[in-house]
Amino acid sequence: MPLTATTLSTKMTDISELKKTCSQIRRDIVRMVHAVQSGHPGGSLGCTEYFVALYNGILHHDPQNFSMDGLEQDLFFLSNGHISPVWYSTLARSGYFEVSELATFRKIGSRLQGHPATEEDLPGIRIASGSLGQGLSVAIGAALTKKQNGEDTIVYTLHGDGELQEGQIWEAAMFAAAKGVDNLISTVDYNNRQIDGDVDDINSLGDLGAKWHAFGWDVIDLDNGNDLESVIRTLKMAKEHTGKGKPVMILMKTEMGCGVDFMMGSHAWHGIPPSDEQLENALGQLEETLGDY
Amino acid sequence: MTVAESTIKFTSAEDKSTRAGFGAALLELGKINPNVIGLTADLGGSLQMNKFRDEFPDRFYQVGVAEANMMGIAAGLTIGGKIPFTGTFANFSTGRVYDQIRQSIAYSNKNVKICASHAGLTLGEDGATHQILEDIGLMKMLPNMTVINPCDYNQTKAATLAIADYVGPVYLRFGRPNVPNFTEADQPFEIGKALLLNEGADVSIFATGHLVWKALKACEELNVKGISAEVINIHTIKPLDDKAVLASVQKTKCAVTAEEHQRHGGLGDSIAQLLARKLPAPMEMVAVNDQFGESGKPAELMIKYGLDTSNIVTAAEQVLDRK
Repeated sequence: MPLTATTLSTKMTDISELKKTCSQIRRDIVRMVHAVQSGHPGGSLGCTEYFVALYNGILHHDPQNFSMDGLEQDLFFLSNGHISPVWYSTLARSGYFEVSELATFRKIGSRLQGHPATEEDLPGIRIASGSLGQGLSVAIGAALTKKQNGEDTIVYTLHGDGELQEGQIWEAAMFAAAKGVDNLISTVDYNNRQIDGDVDDINSLGDLGAKWHAFGWDVIDLDNGNDLESVIRTLKMAKEHTGKGKPVMILMKTEMGCGVDFMMGSHAWHGIPPSDEQLENALGQLEETLGDY
Repeated sequence: MTVAESTIKFTSAEDKSTRAGFGAALLELGKINPNVIGLTADLGGSLQMNKFRDEFPDRFYQVGVAEANMMGIAAGLTIGGKIPFTGTFANFSTGRVYDQIRQSIAYSNKNVKICASHAGLTLGEDGATHQILEDIGLMKMLPNMTVINPCDYNQTKAATLAIADYVGPVYLRFGRPNVPNFTEADQPFEIGKALLLNEGADVSIFATGHLVWKALKACEELNVKGISAEVINIHTIKPLDDKAVLASVQKTKCAVTAEEHQRHGGLGDSIAQLLARKLPAPMEMVAVNDQFGESGKPAELMIKYGLDTSNIVTAAEQVLDRK
């Protein structure tokens, strides 16, 4: 369908604004991890477009009035909790809490725990995650409650590809399809990297699309998860696939460390912080658009 | 009031299983609380959840043989106000899913009721693979977790009803065999409140679960020997009723604990900690001593592993010698 000049221009403006948000979130990520010399920058950088897309126009949510129950709202669960920096930055930049709080990441007394947790009542978090493989089951439970409550809302999850080596994921995959949990959109960060090396070398996932398909999911391939427009388009398409009797899976190809050249191309930056020099180098590649915290 | 007079009030008209008490209460909860959800991992029959399933099919999830998934689903169901009751054997409710419970339920402080049947040696013939004797320890170590181990049908029913009204994660432990049903029908159940079943002066016997009835029997035998035993039913192991335990030991100056669990990590361990900190006193523990169980009839196993009435009597006599 041809777009009118006006529509296109509006769209482009939106996209360019969101791209600025991506750049700022990437700055937040490397600065947070650098400040405490710990944390996981690689996967965080690789999933930045996903988070920005999800929290800006996809999720039906209310950042100013967060509630644990999230009634009549869409819910998001981060199953691979170690990429907390991108989530915290996105939540802060979406208005869940003050951006200045990002400076407390992983420090004692902080609400921004190394891995997401509920104990400190950080708005936006509904379950602890970090020990891998658990988030899909939790999301299924929350999706069932949405159905029980008669809601027409959607539950989203994000998983690492290495995380799919956990058996519980496949227990949950089987259940969600068998019980027709069709108000669920899961996404795999398919970057083929995990902490010890490439996923293909560690314990290959084989034909991942065929696996999810065989488990009864509606599978959508996203070939460039670092292209914001593609991510938005795919998430919107996924929404159209809900309510049809099957859970929806997006296999989202990304580049670990995306946006910082020396962090890309290997698994090395899964879970190590940049030095002072490396931080300067990284920040030089990422425009400050919304103001650093 | 003499010991003999007081203990005689406990009689059982009909032996019933504690799991049947759970099943009956779950059905009742289905009728009175629309937020109660039942889940099982292919053991709904054993847990006596089928009446709930048949009456409330839309509020029951058969997860299949996938306990880790069940625990995660239960955690998620609480988000939006549901009160999930998971039902499987105690072994599969704890050790098999410890990390799921730790992260998604206890640390996340979710309102999940982990209902665990076939605990301990009295599971019987299936043998040690299924006879978990470590579950109380595993669960009580988790912050935010409440641990309840009722003693008979009526009390399990009352406890099941009570935990639906309590907000927070709960581990509810019960068993397979038919056992004396001696506590009151429709009793009130207060989480964390020890129940004084028999006043005594010489020794305090703290028992939980199936061992409470045996403690009462031991009390009668001790009475014949001229020993006045106080019997306290600790249905809630965590939070422990410190006040009740200390008040009793203040009076008797010694304690015996009795449970169908490992000595390490069980009720005895909790009471020993309390007494060591607040009121050091001689103590004996009737529990399994660092062993796995084996196949056999429940009654045979309880004798072989030292969990019978006579073991409580002997422990009481031994602790009295140390006063």
